[in-house]
Amino acid sequence: MRLPQQPNERIDRARPIRFFFGGRPVEGFEGDTIGSALFASGRRVFSRSFKYHRRRGLLCCSGACPNCMMQVDGDPNVRVCVEPVREGAQVHAQNVLGSLERDLLAAVDHFGGPFTPVGFYYRTMIRPRGMWPVYEKFLRNIAGLGRLDKHAGRSRRFDTEHRRAEVLVIGGGRAGREAARSAAAEGRQVVLVDERGVPGANGDFEVLAPARAIGIYEGGLVPVDAGSVLYRFRAERIVVATGALEQPLVFPGNDLVGVYLPEAARRLVDEWSLKPGERAVIVSADDRGLAVADQLQRAGTSVVESIDLRSAPPRQLAARGRRGRLTSVVVDGREVQCDMLVASGGRQPAYSLLAQAGARIEYNAGRGIFVPSDLPANVEAVGSVAGELAPAAVPAASFNGADEAGRCFVCVCEDVTEKDMKRAIAEGFDSIELAKRYTTVTMGPCQGRLCHVPAIRLFAREQETDEATIGTTTARPPWAPVSLGLLAGRGHEPTKRTSIHHRHEEAGATMMWTGLWRRAHSYEHAGNEALNVHRALGVIDVSTLGKLLVQGPDAARFLELLYPNRFGDMKVGRIRYGVLGTDAGRIMDDGTIARLGDEQYYVTTTSTGADTVIEWFEWWNAIWRLDVETVNLTGSLAAVNVAGPRSRQLLGRLADVDTSNDGISYLDAKETLVAGVPCLILRIGFVGELGYELHFASPYGEYMWDTLLEYGADLGIRPFGLEPQRILRLEKMHILIGQDTDSESNVLEAGMPWIAKLDKDDFVGKWALEHVQERGFREQLVGFEMTDGVVPAEGGQIVLGGRSAGRVTSARLSPQLGRAIGMAWVRPELAQEDTEIEIRVNGGVASARVRLKPFFDPEGAQLRS
Amino acid sequence: MSFLLPCPNCGPRDVNEFAYAGEVTHRPRTTPSQQELSAYVYFRRNVAGVQREWWYHRFGCELWFLADRDTRTNEVLHTELPQASAETPAAR
Repeated sequence: MRLPQQPNERIDRARPIRFFFGGRPVEGFEGDTIGSALFASGRRVFSRSFKYHRRRGLLCCSGACPNCMMQVDGDPNVRVCVEPVREGAQVHAQNVLGSLERDLLAAVDHFGGPFTPVGFYYRTMIRPRGMWPVYEKFLRNIAGLGRLDKHAGRSRRFDTEHRRAEVLVIGGGRAGREAARSAAAEGRQVVLVDERGVPGANGDFEVLAPARAIGIYEGGLVPVDAGSVLYRFRAERIVVATGALEQPLVFPGNDLVGVYLPEAARRLVDEWSLKPGERAVIVSADDRGLAVADQLQRAGTSVVESIDLRSAPPRQLAARGRRGRLTSVVVDGREVQCDMLVASGGRQPAYSLLAQAGARIEYNAGRGIFVPSDLPANVEAVGSVAGELAPAAVPAASFNGADEAGRCFVCVCEDVTEKDMKRAIAEGFDSIELAKRYTTVTMGPCQGRLCHVPAIRLFAREQETDEATIGTTTARPPWAPVSLGLLAGRGHEPTKRTSIHHRHEEAGATMMWTGLWRRAHSYEHAGNEALNVHRALGVIDVSTLGKLLVQGPDAARFLELLYPNRFGDMKVGRIRYGVLGTDAGRIMDDGTIARLGDEQYYVTTTSTGADTVIEWFEWWNAIWRLDVETVNLTGSLAAVNVAGPRSRQLLGRLADVDTSNDGISYLDAKETLVAGVPCLILRIGFVGELGYELHFASPYGEYMWDTLLEYGADLGIRPFGLEPQRILRLEKMHILIGQDTDSESNVLEAGMPWIAKLDKDDFVGKWALEHVQERGFREQLVGFEMTDGVVPAEGGQIVLGGRSAGRVTSARLSPQLGRAIGMAWVRPELAQEDTEIEIRVNGGVASARVRLKPFFDPEGAQLRS
Repeated sequence: MSFLLPCPNCGPRDVNEFAYAGEVTHRPRTTPSQQELSAYVYFRRNVAGVQREWWYHRFGCELWFLADRDTRTNEVLHTELPQASAETPAAR
């Protein structure tokens, strides 16, 4: 089926390659594309169209149009006309129900006429509203192109690479190559990107091929799709040499199989030595189209008629066909039998990338082309994209045909016809941008390559104006289709693990996310773990806490300006609970501040707040210029909290220090050795029992964990997770930032007035807190206890006389207390001990009583014991 | 957004390396009236033009700096490290 060897053929006849189409073997040669090999095997129908399921064949052979899109090895929408053959590839037709020859959905083309005009779905499928799920299921099934393999999720690996170039040339045609060569001769580092290979490149410059620039973004960022790698290029100079695009003509039957653009005919003959047809008609607006006659003659195709639109434009032009294949062309009432029609409306600069970069696109009425101008400083256009094109006729916006039955396509991607466009205009879509969105013309896979200019011409004619007035639609990336996998890059999920992480996994803990951290939710049973802390001894990994060292002569002043608290009066070795606020008065984070020296404080933050807090510290000190340094020790230190009535006993066995209540009393900080490891011991009580937080170098994490469990075994030690900790802290009414507080919460209304030292000269948030105090409280954070033991949902509504009076922020069943407890924001008049409130639960209402003091150990006797 | 931002410390870098923290605000020097406080905390000029704003080189040198950026074009005209007594962190 091949012609004798052609002078510039790309195929290597000595190297056959076999792949499969629809399961049947197809033979091609090295140098073939899947499309050319299929054509060689006799295939002419390559796809079914988007909406009407009409037969479509090769049209551009340049990877521009949608006509040859197929599934290749599971990937949908591969343009097989440019996809090189590869051994064993599995190729399937897409968008068909049945086969390419017998597609059941083609019924749409025959019977669907009145039901498929533009905007049909928008107008029809909204009523009755309840039917939408039914419509949607049907539409989802037939809409879209190609099928995704749901199980192929991470079957391929994609990468992103950041690259620099002094000069980036996009397009490897004559002009692009020349630009690259001359820049290289000037000693510039040049990278040239091209969709195909670049013949004659000899190492003066780097060639990336096959690769496609998918856009020019702000700051001269050019992402280049090289298959499995996305190169993010930053170039000092960008040379756009994307050439020009052949434009189709708009006439009835212009989508029939057998209608080609000139480049398709040229490539079929020259590159793959294929005979494209028996009898051909050529209609062209430029010499380039007419010149295809040479190729056709060489291939043995007889050119029966050649029409030059510059000298003798026909008034009527239509194509007729049978079963989707071209059989004849009707020119001004004269029917010419043929199986091939080369139709070209001339070429248009492929200016999209330039427009994205900020160039102005102007219509040149004399030449009928859109030309870029006013390029940004570092962007250059060379060759035909700059408008260097041979003279061509300006084709009619459309030809009316003798054959009214034939549909007249403006856009073959989305099956938008001339009639659809006229209808959109009649309906009032009088701007090209609006009509584009309504009809979806230019929004299909070709991204306007073949339909943008024809649509503008048609619009101008129908509006009785000119193309310059209509203007172009906004060019946006991606200019070339790009797979979502490539944009997503390598699949990875940043995760933070503590140095004790594997011990939790080994113990069978259920792990959960808190920010980027993985933490143990519970090991066995959250309630029992909480009870064990009350009755015996528990240990929890709290390495996720933010840990900052604040040091310098101004450390005390610095912290006093940032926090509402006072820290200057603290003795070395003491700890204070601090709440960080903003100038809006809102609570930002909380934690403990231990004074380790005259000029040194150790600050802990919430697990998810560490980065925010250190940025916040640095930000203020960028202005204050206080003599203080903040060091983030979060990752370098591990921390565990040993809590429960027997925790002193355990610590006594391991610590090189007097652990009696006099040795380390409540809110003391002590640096000492524990199990031989240098530790900072903080005696604090987040969980409400006697407890010690040990902070030490991360590498000792597992050793310390193991040692505590070993030496505490006879004391009944058990690890506890985050969930039991949440129960325990709720029993003490200790707040969780972000859980019990939101962007409106301040320390006064959150029930911690002692935090705010309003007599200080200044601190961040002081004025806002003064204002809150002056205006009075609008709501207050309180505890509540359910009367009947049911646990309300977090976020549940508190009602009073049928009206909303607050919301639940936390609620748990406390095994220690045997009651359902929680915290809630309520209106101030409800914030009285024992006030009865009602909470919406499961559609009904349950009653609860307000509690202002901790549910467990309200006086803190356990903590101080 | 993909423009380049010149960090005063590291030079031009991809904007994605930075955290943006809004236009500069001026913290009152003495106790503000309620109106002044609201203006400082909640109101921004939101100019269409050159704006002085805070940036933080989060994935770089971790320094806070000030930039003059044209909000219409994302052209960054000037960046500098803050001077004492200049603008204060944006109220939040």
